Amino acid sequence: MKLAYWMYAGPAHLGTLRVASSFKNVHAIMHAPLGDDYFNVMRSMLERERDFTPVTASIVDRHVLARGSQEKVVENITRKDKEEHPDLIVLTPTCTSSILQEDLQNFVNRASFDSDSDVILADVNHYRVNEIQAADRTLEQIVRFYLEKAKKDPTFKVDKTEKPSANILGIFTLGFHNTHDCRELKRLLNDLGIKVNEIIPEGCSVQNLKNLSKAWFNIVPYREIGLMTAVYLEKELKMPYVSITPMGVINTASFIRKIVEILTKNNDLNLTVSNPSEVISNSEFYINQQTKFVSQAAWFSRSIDCQNLTGKKTVVFGDATHAANMTKILAREMGIQVVCAGTYCKHDADWFREQVLGFCDEVLITEDHTQVGEMIARVEPSAIFGTQMERHVGKRLDIPCGVISAPVHIQNFPLGYRPFLGYEGTNQIADLVYNSFTLGMEDHLLEIFNGHDTKEVTTKSLSNDHNFEWSKEALEELSRVPGFVRGKVKRNVEKFATVNNLHSITLETMYAAKESVNA
Amino acid sequence: MSELIKEKNQLVFECETGNYHTFCPISCVSWLYQKIEDSFFLVIGTKTCGYFLQNALGVMIFAEPRYAMAELEESDISAQLNDYKELKRLCLQIKQDRNPSVIVWIGTCTTEIIKMDLEGMAPLLEAELGIPIVVARANGLDYAFTQGEDTVLSAMAQKCPDSPVSLGDFSARAGTQSVPARGQSPLRDQRSPGGGLHPCDPQSPEGLKGPTNAHNPLSEKNKPLSPLFNAKKNSKLVLFGSLPNNVATQLSLELKRQGINITGWLPGQKYVDLPSLGKNTYVCGINPFLSRTATTLIRRKNCQLIVAPFPIGPDGTRAWVEKICETFGLVPQNLEERESKIWEGLEDYLKYVRGKSVFFMGDNLLEISLARFLIRCGMIVYEIGIPYMDRRFQAAELKLLEKTCQKMNVPFPRIVEKPDNYYQIQRIRELQPDLVITGMAHANPLEARGITTKWSVEFTFAQIHGFTNSREILELVTRPLRRNQNLKSFNNFGEKLVKVEKNF
Repeated sequence: MKLAYWMYAGPAHLGTLRVASSFKNVHAIMHAPLGDDYFNVMRSMLERERDFTPVTASIVDRHVLARGSQEKVVENITRKDKEEHPDLIVLTPTCTSSILQEDLQNFVNRASFDSDSDVILADVNHYRVNEIQAADRTLEQIVRFYLEKAKKDPTFKVDKTEKPSANILGIFTLGFHNTHDCRELKRLLNDLGIKVNEIIPEGCSVQNLKNLSKAWFNIVPYREIGLMTAVYLEKELKMPYVSITPMGVINTASFIRKIVEILTKNNDLNLTVSNPSEVISNSEFYINQQTKFVSQAAWFSRSIDCQNLTGKKTVVFGDATHAANMTKILAREMGIQVVCAGTYCKHDADWFREQVLGFCDEVLITEDHTQVGEMIARVEPSAIFGTQMERHVGKRLDIPCGVISAPVHIQNFPLGYRPFLGYEGTNQIADLVYNSFTLGMEDHLLEIFNGHDTKEVTTKSLSNDHNFEWSKEALEELSRVPGFVRGKVKRNVEKFATVNNLHSITLETMYAAKESVNA
Repeated sequence: MSELIKEKNQLVFECETGNYHTFCPISCVSWLYQKIEDSFFLVIGTKTCGYFLQNALGVMIFAEPRYAMAELEESDISAQLNDYKELKRLCLQIKQDRNPSVIVWIGTCTTEIIKMDLEGMAPLLEAELGIPIVVARANGLDYAFTQGEDTVLSAMAQKCPDSPVSLGDFSARAGTQSVPARGQSPLRDQRSPGGGLHPCDPQSPEGLKGPTNAHNPLSEKNKPLSPLFNAKKNSKLVLFGSLPNNVATQLSLELKRQGINITGWLPGQKYVDLPSLGKNTYVCGINPFLSRTATTLIRRKNCQLIVAPFPIGPDGTRAWVEKICETFGLVPQNLEERESKIWEGLEDYLKYVRGKSVFFMGDNLLEISLARFLIRCGMIVYEIGIPYMDRRFQAAELKLLEKTCQKMNVPFPRIVEKPDNYYQIQRIRELQPDLVITGMAHANPLEARGITTKWSVEFTFAQIHGFTNSREILELVTRPLRRNQNLKSFNNFGEKLVKVEKNF
């Protein structure tokens, strides 16, 4: 047992649900007790989703404990099949139901006889993997399932697109700025003359998974989710993949160069463009143009603004992808000192260490938010780049924080266009960094010069002319009213007392006043 | 007329599959730890529970809450670790860091399945640590959302001290007067050092005489104050259900106006203030989901339950006060005027809701009371979904619902226990109600389909009890309707713009 207040990554089934519900026309059924379907709430609230989340629960209750699920799971699967006609139904255990050790695979086998949909059981161990790992695994599992199914078809053959094309793997629901990133990636590929073949899982139909093989190569923008699929596709279909995250000016350039390398060098598939030297020079020209004119980040690094940030101390914490890349951007592109870089992706600790080596003074790998908080308190950085938890640590310690990674709140699902990847992404990041620091500076200056002079409003309110006798209980009650409306409440009560010729104000007076006021 | 809104002349109860969305009952820690200021809630469960609380509690989680997860790991599940030692280690840490007056263990689905004997371990650990431990099994296998509070309160009720048999407050006070030298009574010292609730010291002969002597001076002394407890001098009134402190004060004042003093609340602001309970204690619930607590109070504590409608809405509050008065043999004063005055004050909201239809999908057990209030406001309720319906505990509320339907001359709503959300959405499609009160999982998708919704969880957290807060309920109910009115002009404006563009 461990004492925990907050966790960075959720339970495994959430990862499975996020992947499953991102596909088009895939329904997920959880084998779970009542109340475990809060994933629907998160999706509906955070993503402001217009459609019903295609997730239902096959409820585990007392009867199930006593007699086993028996027909219940099978019935729920076949019922969903009839109601919604999904292409695929994914049955996922939850941590509660996995202790029951029911043979869910057996239910899946039985249900697939009776239903038109495909049915699979998510292969995740709740006590060994977290949300991120489970999502990665589920994506691979679904892709594998459909490729193997396609392979059984005798007519199956791998035919590549005529022009270079790519799949984007790992864009999905409740991901940090995922949809914006996806749009930016599409634009980038389009500029390079590369067609986007399939994007999975967001908005993709499972029927299209067999077309994955048509692409020349795969792109994995975030290492947490999609890498397993890319490795599988490389092994099965010899498809090369790019796993460099195009975040920051330098990384975006190496991302493009890696793609060009795949397009121009002979690889296992013997697919190369006909005019390699032209492609190379074009891409170099493109990188140059974008870096100089589209992205303002390179210019920002040279400007006086950024000069002022030189040597400022920061701390970075988040998932492996965002934390590592952010560390590199801050250190390499803005000359800011990253005192500590850390991640909660314990399973990917080695990769993370290797990435940030030389860009920060120390590395912190932990899932415990109190350790992160203590580190921040010890380092006393001028700004923090982290998750929502670090933002709140920052609030407590009066240090500004830019949010760069999940877990996030609704304000990290902005309506406006806010990619973190590609050239537009570099602009967004520059803004984020700069705003975090200047706000800190502004606060600091204000403090030095004695702050805003609006702290106490001394204007006399109307009712101050009267001398009311507030009873002790009433005053106590008044003190419980939130500060920003307290004045208004007090005035209203005193107004009421004046009208009713009351001199002393008791609790009763207060409530009577509340009842009489229509506001 | 549609099959679904056929006229019925009595309440119809149905039961569906139980495939509905609601919060896990462990969410009760979020309001209970705030209410009971010296408590600490330890939820013994898995990452799933923790992640739920983290997301459901939102910003609260950053405010160093007095709750934590005891997160079970693989070694706990497979019994490689000793539960007792593990819990002891964590509770010691909690004692050291926070020093609470009580630790509440919340059992979850996982502790149920692996059959962790929390009730057995608690007394042992309690003795070792010197902190009371209350065990509540608020799990999703058995309960829905607000029922979590019910399990905690019913566990807490068992920790309430027993009140002395047959002798109540007033004779007690008199007893102290007539027998001044009673300092040595150990029970009295323990219970209330100043007042002396316990009049009768078995060791002293005067003590026995006390109450008999006391009767006459007492009733005389009390008369000018109020006709209080005339009929049942020795009885006390304890209310159960967790309410924000100011709402609790409002309800206390409401009863005080009728000359009724509340002896205690379950729970109070502090765990150490738990009221004493016994044969002469009358108890009354203030929320419809407290049936387990009620049962415990009757069976284990021998209390007498006042079955009344719940003080939600002015009609409910009035009926609630009336029922309590009736029990104590009092004639309620000025109650009718008070109710009608509140209704008058609500008029500006009522014009939005009159004649509109509502559909409750059901997730927090407040549904019957809210529906009853909304019908009285002039709305038509198509369906009341509800997770669990205790027809005995809610008997008075159901009766009032029936009466209200007849009075307002509207068809009886169908009451659907353990609803099936999928079927409900089909029905909503057919009925096209003006307002659907539902959980967040369905709210945005329904809005996208042109159905106006109100998020049901807000009713649990808003202050909705008593006369004073009736406005608050309507504020919530009318908000989407008012929003619609504001948006109408916006949408028309949008249409106009499109037309203008077409002309170009």
